[in-house]
Amino acid sequence: MPVDETLSTYSDWCYGSAVGVYVLAMLFSLVDQAFGRHGTRQAERTERTRELVGAGAPVEPPEPPERPEPATSGRAERARRFGRMAVALTVLGVGLHVAALVLRGFATGRVPWSNMYEYGATLCLAAVITWLVILRRFAIQHLSVWVLLPVIVLMFLGGVVLYTEAAPVQPALQSYWLVIHVVSIALGSGMVLVPGVVSVLYLIKVRKPEWAGRLPAADVLDQVAYRTTVFAFPIYTAGVIFGAIWAESAWGRFWGWDPKEVVAFVAWIVYAAYLHSRATAGWRGGRAAAINILGAAVMVFNLFFINLVVAGLHSYANG
Amino acid sequence: MIAFLRNTWRGLTSMRTALILLFLLALAAMPGALLPQRDLNAGAVEDYIAANGWWGRLLDRLGFFDVYASVWFSAIYLLLFVSLIGCLVPRTFEYAKALRGKPVLTPRNLARLPHHREGRTDAGVTEVMAGARRRLRGWRLTEREEDDGARSISAERGYLRETGNLVFHFAMLGLIGALALGKMYQYEGQVIVLADGSEFCNSGTYAYDSFQPGLRVDGTDLTQFCVRVNDFTANFLPSGAADYFRADIEYQTGEDLETGTWRPYALEVNDPLRIAGDRVYLLGNGYAPTFTVTFPNGEQRTQTIQWRPVDLQTYLSEGATKFDPPGITDPAERREKQIAVTGLFAPTAVLQGNVLASAFPEARDPAVAVDVMRGDLGTNSGRGQSIFEIDQRMVDQGRLERVARENLRPGEEIRLDDGTVVHFDGVERFAYLQVSHDPTQVWVLGFAVALVLGLVTSLTIKRRRVWVRATPITDDDGTGRTVVVLGGLARTDQAGYGEEFGRIADDLLEPEPEDAERVPAGRET
Ligand code: HEM
Repeated sequence: MPVDETLSTYSDWCYGSAVGVYVLAMLFSLVDQAFGRHGTRQAERTERTRELVGAGAPVEPPEPPERPEPATSGRAERARRFGRMAVALTVLGVGLHVAALVLRGFATGRVPWSNMYEYGATLCLAAVITWLVILRRFAIQHLSVWVLLPVIVLMFLGGVVLYTEAAPVQPALQSYWLVIHVVSIALGSGMVLVPGVVSVLYLIKVRKPEWAGRLPAADVLDQVAYRTTVFAFPIYTAGVIFGAIWAESAWGRFWGWDPKEVVAFVAWIVYAAYLHSRATAGWRGGRAAAINILGAAVMVFNLFFINLVVAGLHSYANG
Repeated sequence: MIAFLRNTWRGLTSMRTALILLFLLALAAMPGALLPQRDLNAGAVEDYIAANGWWGRLLDRLGFFDVYASVWFSAIYLLLFVSLIGCLVPRTFEYAKALRGKPVLTPRNLARLPHHREGRTDAGVTEVMAGARRRLRGWRLTEREEDDGARSISAERGYLRETGNLVFHFAMLGLIGALALGKMYQYEGQVIVLADGSEFCNSGTYAYDSFQPGLRVDGTDLTQFCVRVNDFTANFLPSGAADYFRADIEYQTGEDLETGTWRPYALEVNDPLRIAGDRVYLLGNGYAPTFTVTFPNGEQRTQTIQWRPVDLQTYLSEGATKFDPPGITDPAERREKQIAVTGLFAPTAVLQGNVLASAFPEARDPAVAVDVMRGDLGTNSGRGQSIFEIDQRMVDQGRLERVARENLRPGEEIRLDDGTVVHFDGVERFAYLQVSHDPTQVWVLGFAVALVLGLVTSLTIKRRRVWVRATPITDDDGTGRTVVVLGGLARTDQAGYGEEFGRIADDLLEPEPEDAERVPAGRET
């Protein structure tokens, strides 16, 4: 099937705009992060719960209230308005991002995740949507800047270094597993980037409190990281299993320690360790957060280093 | 001694050890992604060792080029396996006990629990208890009489979490076991079959070009089946990228072997032929040029041998087609007269100067650029030979000499000084097939599915408790009323129990919610 050049150009245009809008959202959110009043209020709230809970019982951190409490100064209120605009812009960015992928799909007549550029875009989309979903449950939109930053970097690299002309796919990829396997892997890996970032913030909050006045309470961060990881992990696991099922019919074996398989396995082990660490005395808290960061790092390593430097069977890496 | 063993066992089966073992396993697996591995690419391993001297040899000795078969990798894996069993056995017993047990007694002071609400009602204790039982349908309950006419219910829910967790871990054990068994009884073999109606039968390892048996496979009783490759179709995009491959094959197995029945199948990438517990894959394809050599005595020999594609964008291929002179019985003389036609094949030839290149993977204008070699091919030396190359040592020793170099199109020929004629007849396609056998892979899949289901169950379900205590009191104005106190506790660190607890409390205390001290409740969306 021939590639529709016009649609493909529109797709590129949407991609560029999405990145631009994310950058704007990041700047707005930066204002919120810098001047909104966050850290103190959150800290107070945790104190209140502590009293309520009493000694000895496991702490279940409260979830933030529906509306932020009235800000005390005009400047803080203005900053918070920037924060809300940042969220609105992020939603707009997601719209453009989706459009970019859909248009590419129509341009090529196949699913839009068959090379590094497209796969990276899909993964970033998963990450941003994950963040928006988190924002519906936790009032931490001033942290958007930290999530958008890596997404923008990834998308910039994808658009500039890894950009690939729209093209049809080769025989190994002509299978419905391309949809099932890649969607679940992209969703799983995109989602876990967010807890990776949040865990970095957690470590800063716990180890260097003097830098972290404006971050939410440590257990809020811990909850965000944990809940997101717990959601993403089974999806990722399923994605790896789907990959194995596909490999059985495409490559002649379901598992062969191909570099991509090895690192997928390593990442899986690291996340399994994360879940276990939270049930192990002396590991929960800081060490668990460090493991979560390691997991996200292994995922990114798999995406870039393994695809670009180590040759494997995954043909999208070199296309 | 016993104490030592017991301590070792305790240490091995503790969560902390399991964690460390998990990390070790992840760490140990990494070199396999970063260093070349023998079973994937033996050539790359040799190159790596040659390029890195003593360091390469040391890595080799330590098993870094066969990571997943190395002693250290297996040791970690085994320890983890043992640790897993050690964790699981006691937990299974506890689980069985908990299933039969009753929810724990209501704590004296419910106000100290993480979730807590309190209220008063005009309803009597019995009524409150009945309401609570109705509300808590689906929870495991016990009701108890307490002092002073008070009554309490303790309720617990989410036992499925532990079930899911055990399913997950047992599935992992099963998976590891099935993988290990698979390693024993599986085999894999590769074979090149010309797409001109040639046949391949899975009758023994000798039928393969390469064969990798499992530890318990000696190649004597392979599944009996035969495959015949009649035709091969390939489509390429104008860019030269592959678009579609199909081998039209026929196969026979079981009774068909006796009756001689052949059944057709279109073998495609992603769509293996599954027969009698074996799978046949289309892994690759390429070209096999046909040469006919007419020897000085007038005898002719024709051979069609696969040449190996060196560039998958253009299918430029290299190879060596080897001939024994007919009618010569003296081995010494024969070794003077052996012939090899070796060089490059291009399906769509372009000549750059005198150098042959290929412009497209389809056979639109095939040509070969060959050296004809005469002398001793070294085929009787006892050393194995690549079918794609001549033995360079024979050339270096002067026992094999180049007697012609020429570019040929189909129908063209080379006449050698002794009257031998080498004729390029044309070209045939070949299919590169793989046969795989793994009796346990269905089990592996089953365990993998169980693993995911167990994981999802154990990560989404919360084990949680709620207690309700109703105490009769006499109010200041003398009427009898009931104080209802609720306490709640989630036993796992999954948050979000606050919402559910809040709803239960609302339902039970609805008559007088304004009295209740509100725990900051979850945001409901
Ligand atoms: C984090 C790990 C993984 C990622 C990010 C990933 C990603 C992808 C992507 C994006 C594709 C589509 C390729 C394309 O459209 O060009 C793909 C294809 C495929 N994947 Fe994975 N995958 C991962 C792990 C695995 C594993 C563990 C297996 C097998 C056990 C596997 C088996 C396959 C197979 C068989 C294909 C088909 C195609 C081909 O020949 O390229 N994948 N994967």
